[in-house]
Amino acid sequence: MADGRSAGADLTLTGVTKRFGGFAAVDDLDLEVASGQFFALLGPSGCGKTTTLRMVAGLEEPTAGTITIGGDDIGRLKPYKRPVNTVFQNYALFPHLNIFENVAFGLRRRGVKDVKSQVDDMLELVELGGYAKRRPAQLSGGQQQRVALARALINRPQVLLLDEPLGALDLKLRRQMQIELKRIQTEVGITFIHVTHDQEEAMTMADTVAVMNKGVIEQMGAPADLYDNPATTFVSNFLGQSNLVKASILDTHGDALVVDVQGTRIAAPVARARRTDGQVWVGVRPEKVFLGAAGVEEGSYDDNVLPSGTVTDVSFIGVSTQYLVKMPWGQELTVFEQNTGAREQFRVGDKVDLHWVAAHTFLLDADQDAHAGDETYAALSGAPTA
Amino acid sequence: MSVAQFGGQVAAEAGGPGAGEVEQERRRGRVGYLLLLPGLLWLVIFFLVPTVQLVATGLYDPNGSLDTGYAMTWSFSNYWDVLVQYQEQFLRSFGYALIATIACIFLGYPLSYAIAFKAGRWKNLMLVLVIAPFFTSFLVRTLAWKSILSDNGLIVETLKTLQLIPEDGRLLATPVAVVTGLTYNFLPFMVLPLYASLEKIDPRLIEASKDLYASGVTSFRKVTLPLSAPGLVAGTLLTFIPAAGDYINSELLGTPQQRMIGNVIDNLFLVQLDYPAAAASSVLLMVAIVCLVVFYVRRAGTEDLL
Ligand SMILES: Nc1ncnc2c1ncn2[C@@H]1O[C@H](COP(=O)(O)OP(=O)(O)OP(=O)(O)O)[C@@H](O)[C@H]1O
Ligand SMILES: [Mg+2]
Repeated sequence: MADGRSAGADLTLTGVTKRFGGFAAVDDLDLEVASGQFFALLGPSGCGKTTTLRMVAGLEEPTAGTITIGGDDIGRLKPYKRPVNTVFQNYALFPHLNIFENVAFGLRRRGVKDVKSQVDDMLELVELGGYAKRRPAQLSGGQQQRVALARALINRPQVLLLDEPLGALDLKLRRQMQIELKRIQTEVGITFIHVTHDQEEAMTMADTVAVMNKGVIEQMGAPADLYDNPATTFVSNFLGQSNLVKASILDTHGDALVVDVQGTRIAAPVARARRTDGQVWVGVRPEKVFLGAAGVEEGSYDDNVLPSGTVTDVSFIGVSTQYLVKMPWGQELTVFEQNTGAREQFRVGDKVDLHWVAAHTFLLDADQDAHAGDETYAALSGAPTA
Repeated sequence: MSVAQFGGQVAAEAGGPGAGEVEQERRRGRVGYLLLLPGLLWLVIFFLVPTVQLVATGLYDPNGSLDTGYAMTWSFSNYWDVLVQYQEQFLRSFGYALIATIACIFLGYPLSYAIAFKAGRWKNLMLVLVIAPFFTSFLVRTLAWKSILSDNGLIVETLKTLQLIPEDGRLLATPVAVVTGLTYNFLPFMVLPLYASLEKIDPRLIEASKDLYASGVTSFRKVTLPLSAPGLVAGTLLTFIPAAGDYINSELLGTPQQRMIGNVIDNLFLVQLDYPAAAASSVLLMVAIVCLVVFYVRRAGTEDLL
């Protein structure tokens, strides 16, 4: 806790479990965050994100497991002894103190000198220079959020925990704050653990994203890697959208698998297959697919093609058009086409084939629920998410 | 005050209200005054008139009596006379009330804190227990204390056995008994407002302070205590003011050596029938309390309570 500790430290959670009564809010969680990383913890509401952060901050005691920061076991330390600070989900600013004293709180408790200049610098950093004398209630939501950030950041913790700090902001301010947060993190080099249930936010900001579901981490990796290579149906649906079609693997040809999709043969790279035999979900992202008139050759000869669909819905979204295509086996698949103006537009009722580059195919275990993590489906059908 | 300024700023930035809005604003103002009317009438009839009457009675000719009637002689000396004559009782009243209020804080704060934060599902039951004494009369409860503190009572016997008080020591008819009675009787008035303000504190603020390197004790000093200040101030006022004017506790648990100003006024009005002196004492008590309260609230920095 000596001063001058500026850079972050790595954080590890090993076998961390938290039970409330019989219910495991966090279940045998393993996590490793390298020093100085911007790490996003992404998951639906109630999956245990806040509980995980609270255990790191020391506000909740793990039922089992160990937590270390920079190699030191901090699992049993009191919260005020940990080199960790939190930006709370609802800011939790002290209403009886002005902005200056809110930000100075941590410094004063540690008996730091030159509080005034540090607080002034920090308020400049979050662009609230003129607001030092105001009370929290006199600030807008976005300003309060920045105060909460300043109040935590000024202590130069080794790890900064951010619990959906942008949750209460409107879209525009949110985007602005995302850029600002990212800039600040790069500037100070502290390890950030950023909790969110906004997948776009996680992917744009983080070096590493962990997708969490029902108290466990489903998959962890670089955003692009997670998006292109989902390991589970939950990740494929929660991070962006996916078309998942029931299929069975017929054969292996070198580094490609031959898959039978409802009577049509397609190819899938072995590298992106989570199973190499038996029943699978064939997955492809809607924006990777393009439509062609039925029976007409399109793209290159080794593309995957699913023939004989019927367009059932066309929605114009500005940059792209979203098609729903009903396949012969009754399933509706989604296709996003860029509105380049160079390609043919289809109407409801048109017969079409679906084409995509074989390398974009991924295969998932058919034992998993195809709708896991699909929030629109859950909302429409009333089924629980996950 | 600062909030009002802030509101004003917002209105100014919005370009100020238009003509139609001004008209609407004015009508809304009128409705506000109309709604005030019944309460104002009530206050004028039942508070302002009697208060003026009381002040006036204090200025009547001190030589008058109920039989001969009182003449208004603007005898300001009445006030000076009672102040000199009863200064001991005045001082004792404020002394006892102060000690009882401090005792109420030390007993009431932990109790309110426990009810607000630690009681869990027992919370409502505990609140009912705090209020339960009100179901019996003030007089009866104070009489009960008389027997609790009596010379042959359990407490005195126990203290004697433990040699904490001498063989001929007693509790009843001492200042301790009067202050104990005051503390007991006014404790709920401390606990309830304190509980209300502690209950409102967001527990996440305490967590935030612990996250920011404050230990449990420091969190209490820097977050919980300041946030409960309005309840503490309200509780102090609700305890101190009635305690300073009380006469039942002194009457039942004390002797003439523990007489408070309430007893003096009681005696002047009902026994001696000296109305000018009684009224003058009452007005002095009132003025003294108002001065003390204003001073205290200023010091506590919670003017919004006034
Ligand atoms: N103190 C508690 N007692 C009992 N159950 C709890 C407690 N705190 C959390 N839970 C449960 O643990 C689960 C995880 O809660 P948590 O707050 O970690 O979710 P979250 O991922 O942060 O959700 P959100 O995105 O809505 O904030 C939830 O099902 C919740 O009901
Ligand atoms: Mg949460």
